[in-house]
Amino acid sequence: MAERITRADVEHVAQLARLALTDAEIDSLTAELGVILDHAAQVSALDTRDVPPTAHPLPLVNVLRADEPRAGLPRDEVLAAAPVAEEHRFRVPRILGEAP
Amino acid sequence: MSSAREIAADVRSGVRSARDVLDEHFDAITSREADIHAFNVVLAEEARAAAAAVDAAVARGDDPGPLAGVPIALKDNMCTRGIATTCSSRILDGWRPPYDATVVERVRAAGAVVVGKTNLDEFAMGSSTENSAFGPTHNPHDITRVPGGSSGGSAAAVAAGFAPLSLGSDTGGSIRQPAALCGVVGVKPTYGVVSRYGLVAFASSLDQIGPFASNVEDAALLLEVIGGHDPLDSTSIPQPAPALLAGLDEGVSGLRVGIVDEMTEIDGIEPAVRDAVRAAASALEAAGAKVDSVSVPSATYGISAYYLIAPAEASSNLARYDGVRYGLRVDALDVAHMNAQTRESGFGREVKRRIMLGTYALSAGYYDAYYGQAQRVRTLILRDFERVYEQFDVLIAATSPTVAFELGAKTADPWAMYLCDVCTVPANLSGHPAMSVPFGAGAFGLPIGVQVLAPALGEAVMFRVARAIEAAAGRTRS
Repeated sequence: MAERITRADVEHVAQLARLALTDAEIDSLTAELGVILDHAAQVSALDTRDVPPTAHPLPLVNVLRADEPRAGLPRDEVLAAAPVAEEHRFRVPRILGEAP
Repeated sequence: MSSAREIAADVRSGVRSARDVLDEHFDAITSREADIHAFNVVLAEEARAAAAAVDAAVARGDDPGPLAGVPIALKDNMCTRGIATTCSSRILDGWRPPYDATVVERVRAAGAVVVGKTNLDEFAMGSSTENSAFGPTHNPHDITRVPGGSSGGSAAAVAAGFAPLSLGSDTGGSIRQPAALCGVVGVKPTYGVVSRYGLVAFASSLDQIGPFASNVEDAALLLEVIGGHDPLDSTSIPQPAPALLAGLDEGVSGLRVGIVDEMTEIDGIEPAVRDAVRAAASALEAAGAKVDSVSVPSATYGISAYYLIAPAEASSNLARYDGVRYGLRVDALDVAHMNAQTRESGFGREVKRRIMLGTYALSAGYYDAYYGQAQRVRTLILRDFERVYEQFDVLIAATSPTVAFELGAKTADPWAMYLCDVCTVPANLSGHPAMSVPFGAGAFGLPIGVQVLAPALGEAVMFRVARAIEAAAGRTRS
């Protein structure tokens, strides 16, 4: 099983998860995730050679709907829920790294 | 308070008005909600309008449906068009969904009156309803104790008589455990029996909506209304809702009932809970069932597998809360910082913990050891249950290892809180139906729930057994 999670791991994972954690949160999560992962790692005690993974409890089949046009959600109502919308679009801050 | 069945019968026949029924329940809410905090919002105006529409239908000679005039509370992770749906999180601040969840449409179409949206652990992550951005819900049996979770508001609403019915969602026990702790009936149907369309996703391969009620018959009535295929949910089983009420009283004679060792004879279980499971087994035996102990060895690993799989799915599902399309936004100079600051401010401690855990379990280098291994263990659990169901028609077990604990008792120790789900997660991993029925009392007279489990689509036999346990509990009380 993997080695115990470090503070650097937590910082890296926070970046992957898009969470701007505080230093105090990084400290407490390093300890808490270590404990939780120690328990969760008990799954490695079972021999699972030749056991296929289950992603879903039902036998999966593709579900296709009839190819018929139908109304989507009303645009104005959906955009009204956005923190900032402009010209019928979601507005976000700049995406690329150039100077403001 | 009357049962949902009695209310619907009286309203349909004009003996009582939906308006009067609603007023009675609002009186109960007025007198106790300040102490219990079951609701994030009480929808007084909407409920009065809905009750008036039911009464008008009856006056016209129309049948409003099998839930005519029955007040119902909805867990606040089910979308209600134009009505705030918060998941008890700051991150959905101000969001009003542009559509209704399928279950919401179905209960309204059956004549039910939605009285409010109930409190939950944020995004349904928790076992005590303490992880709510709006403060905890209190157990109606003792307000210094938790109602369980995550559907604690829905369980408390029924236990307090605020509504005879409510809906919850169960990803790892979030209906059954609060039902046990609040002394009500709670049902997690077979995965795919109830549409998840409009249920805010937590762990999509585990989430299932189900009923709370004060008795088994009312829970059956509600499941018949909400169950059945929905083309809007691609994981919905293409079959009609299970027929439950018709066979409810067929008894348990000849049924083979197994007591699951790994979900009853476990470390940390309160003796009174274990005794209640044994007593329920004896009652079933007395009613003609054949009872035996049975081992589901891999169930021991359920909690470990669950706390890798559920956070992994959650970390993916909750990626959508990025400050762009709905809810909270915290401004920043570029979009990546806006995303990260929004999520930092909007999510509570437990949600961040699970997102971090899930992201880690899915990250390069750890995926196979954690998530991959958990999925293979899930296969072993499914196989073990399928093997056991060749010899048994139903299984029984504890629902929660303990009765309701005090507020704050487990908040400092995440793994201790996760262990509340040790008896409930196996049925989520297998996708099989399971329900909790009140049976007896433990320390301080607090309610105990006994869990009944059945194979996939075995709801009818599960309800028959639950009904027999309920009848035995009634005899013990009187």
